[in-house]
Amino acid sequence: MYDFSYHTPSTVADAAAAMSGAEDGKILAGGQTLLPTMKQRLASPSDLVSLRGCRDLVGIASDGSTVTIGAMTTHGAVAASADVKAAIPALAALAGGIGDPQVRNRGTIGGSLANNDPAADYPAAVLGLGATVVTTKRELAAEDFFQGLFETALEEDEIITAIRFPVPKSAAYVKFDNPASRYALVGVFVAHTSGGIRVAVTGAGQDGVFRADGIEAQISAGQTPDSSSIDEGGLNTDIHASAAYRKHLIGVMAKRAAAAAS
Amino acid sequence: MSATGIGAAVKRKEDFRFLTGRGNYTDDINQPGQTYAYILRSPHAHAKINGINTDAAKAAKGVLAVFTGEDMAGVGGIPCGWGVNNKDGSPMNEPPHPALAIGKVRHVGDQVAVVVAESYAKAKDAAELIEVDYTELPAVAHMEAALAAGAPLVHDDAAPGNLCYDWELGDEAEVDAEFKNAAHVVSIDLTNNRLVPNAMEPRAAIGDYNKGTGEYTLYTTSQNPHVIRLLMGAFVLQIPEHKLRVVAPDVGGGFGSKIYHYAEEAIVTWAAGKVRRPIKWVAERSESFLSDAHGRDHISHADLAIDADGKFLGLKVYTKANMGAYLSTFSTCVPTYLYATLLAGVYTTPKIYANVKAIFTNTVPVDAYRGAGRPEATYLLERLVSKAARQLGMDQVDIRRKNFIPADAFPYQTPVALQYDSGDYEATLKKAMELADWNGFPARKAEAAGRGKLRGIGISTYLEACGIAPSAVVGSLGARAGLFESANVRVHPTGSVTIYTGSHSHGQGHETTFAQLVSETLGIPIDNVTIDHGDTNRIAFGMGTYGSRSLAVGGEAIMKALGKVVDKASKIAAHLMEASPEDVEFKDGKFTVAGTDKEVDFGTVALTAYVPHNYPHETLEPGLEENAFYDPMNFTYPGGCHICEVEIDPDTGVTQVINMTAVDDVGRVINPMIVEGQIHGGLAQGIGQALLESCEYDESGQLISGSYMDYCMPRADNFPGFQATTESTLCAHNSLGVKGCGEVGAIGSPPAVINAVLDALADLGVEDISMPATPQKIWQAIQSASVPAAAE
Ligand SMILES: Cc1cc2nc3c(=O)[nH]c(=O)nc-3n(C[C@H](O)[C@H](O)[C@H](O)COP(=O)(O)OP(=O)(O)OC[C@H]3O[C@@H](n4cnc5c(N)ncnc54)[C@H](O)[C@@H]3O)c2cc1C
Repeated sequence: MYDFSYHTPSTVADAAAAMSGAEDGKILAGGQTLLPTMKQRLASPSDLVSLRGCRDLVGIASDGSTVTIGAMTTHGAVAASADVKAAIPALAALAGGIGDPQVRNRGTIGGSLANNDPAADYPAAVLGLGATVVTTKRELAAEDFFQGLFETALEEDEIITAIRFPVPKSAAYVKFDNPASRYALVGVFVAHTSGGIRVAVTGAGQDGVFRADGIEAQISAGQTPDSSSIDEGGLNTDIHASAAYRKHLIGVMAKRAAAAAS
Repeated sequence: MSATGIGAAVKRKEDFRFLTGRGNYTDDINQPGQTYAYILRSPHAHAKINGINTDAAKAAKGVLAVFTGEDMAGVGGIPCGWGVNNKDGSPMNEPPHPALAIGKVRHVGDQVAVVVAESYAKAKDAAELIEVDYTELPAVAHMEAALAAGAPLVHDDAAPGNLCYDWELGDEAEVDAEFKNAAHVVSIDLTNNRLVPNAMEPRAAIGDYNKGTGEYTLYTTSQNPHVIRLLMGAFVLQIPEHKLRVVAPDVGGGFGSKIYHYAEEAIVTWAAGKVRRPIKWVAERSESFLSDAHGRDHISHADLAIDADGKFLGLKVYTKANMGAYLSTFSTCVPTYLYATLLAGVYTTPKIYANVKAIFTNTVPVDAYRGAGRPEATYLLERLVSKAARQLGMDQVDIRRKNFIPADAFPYQTPVALQYDSGDYEATLKKAMELADWNGFPARKAEAAGRGKLRGIGISTYLEACGIAPSAVVGSLGARAGLFESANVRVHPTGSVTIYTGSHSHGQGHETTFAQLVSETLGIPIDNVTIDHGDTNRIAFGMGTYGSRSLAVGGEAIMKALGKVVDKASKIAAHLMEASPEDVEFKDGKFTVAGTDKEVDFGTVALTAYVPHNYPHETLEPGLEENAFYDPMNFTYPGGCHICEVEIDPDTGVTQVINMTAVDDVGRVINPMIVEGQIHGGLAQGIGQALLESCEYDESGQLISGSYMDYCMPRADNFPGFQATTESTLCAHNSLGVKGCGEVGAIGSPPAVINAVLDALADLGVEDISMPATPQKIWQAIQSASVPAAAE
């Protein structure tokens, strides 16, 4: 790790100010991704602005039609939340399936989304449910927020403050764990929303999370989904799974998620 | 049986210390004035070093010194501990292994320079200022590439064809003759996957030099501090034993990877002499992946000749073994004397031939890893036997039974040099089949099929050789050291006892097991016994812990020394009781005289030895302390039967291990709880190898499974509850009758798991799968199977 200046603002406004004052500042949330990256000397921010003291970024509110989760809410808190379990049980289950207890007690929803790891779980829920990402500057629809591998629409000094999830009629997320990392090798989120069926796939795509419209059409038509509509050319190949295997798994996970969400 | 004697399930004495964070590991040790080393490693698999500019690094803040291979050029290379000869009798190719690279780097992670600084961070910062001018060379990352015509040479002229040796055991023509009589020949090609050991504690070393006395001290994460002292002192740094102390304090797991003398140990010790300050180096986990010796990595072909009745007639095995870029301490003996000599297994196969080619590649050195050679032999044999059963239409169990060495055939001379002293393979098989409910399997398979799951059962009946080893035998086979063990029993004046053992515990529970030997023999409570190990200044000598040798060799040395203590104590007791020593009996801590009510206890005798007022000074020295060295007569031969039952989800290829049954013959059991724990750990590693773990290099020699993101370490939820128990015969050539239990779990289980996977897939026509049998591989096998699976 290289030297850096450390800031501990207690409101998101102060955090934003600290970020705009920094030469090459980075937000620190749960640190589950950022700190290992810094230890490996792959990131060398001049300033770290910790959101840990920003209590205005923590918490879960549910009004029956929307669940709003503060950016600094940990995966563990989402998994344990009675409100989330009641409104969108699939989201609580997804959060409970991220990493291990240590990771869930430190890692945050804001950090996960800002990082946009192509194998992360939350992006599938945010895109699958058509959630809105609220930042210090604007509100972004899920479709506009995710921009490819580890890429988002966030500007350098823009901070995610909360995520607003519309409550679906029903939803389910089924994940096939990467055997080693236990991130999603393939994860499929299926939601029955007021706007129709939404299906989001994480772990598989070369550009990160994506919507599977062919599968959405199959489910809407009352068919058992399969992966015939998925373009293998757009999927990842690595030592754990070929694109062909990922394509197959998308079908299996979609079928299981559709069954669980019906 | 006493509460803390032989056979008692005593809770591990050391666990309180470890579980409450009071262990004292190398990284917990800090010396006044300590500095820190960072090792700059090669990013290339194979490159020429044109020059190294260390000026900026040397000038960096907090830096004391920067050394490169040129600075260490006068120092000896890292030695190999076992010479293996080629078929034609010529010695193996043994290219130099400099502690810091000279002229060339040969694997990603090869040591290039060391920075010594006031803090680790400063050392690491300064290392970024070192400019190494490399010319990248084509690399050979896999054995096929290394053997291809015109392949780049890892060691140039020092190892033509990238060959270390081309070795054989047995007479190929004689075995060929058996094949002429065979009704069937069954052949197999398989790979024993390369593994990364991943001890929980990364390697670490602290070098220290005392200007006043001229003594060097090395604290290191080692399974055998005396061996390190010998290798580093005599071969690398030329420091005589009396000026070199090596301490291996608490060590957090080794699994073989901490047997070897590593360059970092020599570097910090040597550099401490230069900078005149203690130097600490602790590996980061990613460094461990790139610098701890890896395990396994064989490619083999084998043919088994069988007669019309299913009796094995002959076996031919052709193996290529990856050595990596340099010869690690025991690398050369693992695929030869710890592998080919095991190819008889538990069977009466009369003729066996093995040919092993050891190959250099641009990868991390490969050496012994839990089981070392025996898992490779067992995997080959037990896959082959199961394949033979399928090919001949025989039952998996029947074919094994038909070929077992019968229980009354011991001592049994195999055609591959070893002579087994004891065993009862039918007994372990029978018990395992009962525990696993082998006969109930068809019903469970049918039930699973109803749930859409493919259920399979697999068996392995195996044997291994441990208790390493009779020195004269291994010496004649090329070992460059003896493999005895030493023990010292110090009885203190009040009757408590300290044992100084040359064995080293890094998780095995010696502090308990060895104390049980003392408790049993001297009739004293286990709490009155301390087991000390790991410091060459306190322990007379030691060859350390590996090859499941600690109890069978180190424990025997302790028993021998205890015997001497009892002899002397009996004489003191005889004097006190005014009896003749021949009439004195010793039992449960009391000396008695037959036919009288005379009695003195052990504590009184101990006190008398140190307060010798009333004492037979004419014939006995005061004090009660004895040494012993023990060199075993033979290897020991644990064996047994492992049965695995799996369910495969045909939709995803995921295998779930439903049952894992292990019935092992480990000889006499001193502490059943510790034995069970050792077997559990071994099974975890065996199942890990079979289903999860794989060390992968790309063609250019980059390690692509270099972290836990990609290297699949087994976790608790990968396993069912194990059924592990013992069914033992006694070792015939040691006093305790013990054989060894540290490796059996990892040796017997991989073929049982793979045989179960193949059994589950057999109806689909799948005949082969390689380790690790990952979901993707199984899915692919199902896709290309001759019989389609029921569609999703
Ligand atoms: C062992 C392990 C296992 C894991 N397994 C999984 C898994 O199975 N599934 C999964 O989805 N994830 C997994 N993760 C990732 C983890 O869940 C975290 O979500 C993730 O690491 C990022 O969250 P964080 O709060 O730790 O963010 P940090 O590491 O602190 O930050 C990550 C990035 O986001 C930026 N950032 C953080 N918060 C904000 C914000 N509010 N606004 C703008 N930018 C911000 C930071 O600047 C940084 O660039 C795992 C991590 C580990 C270490």
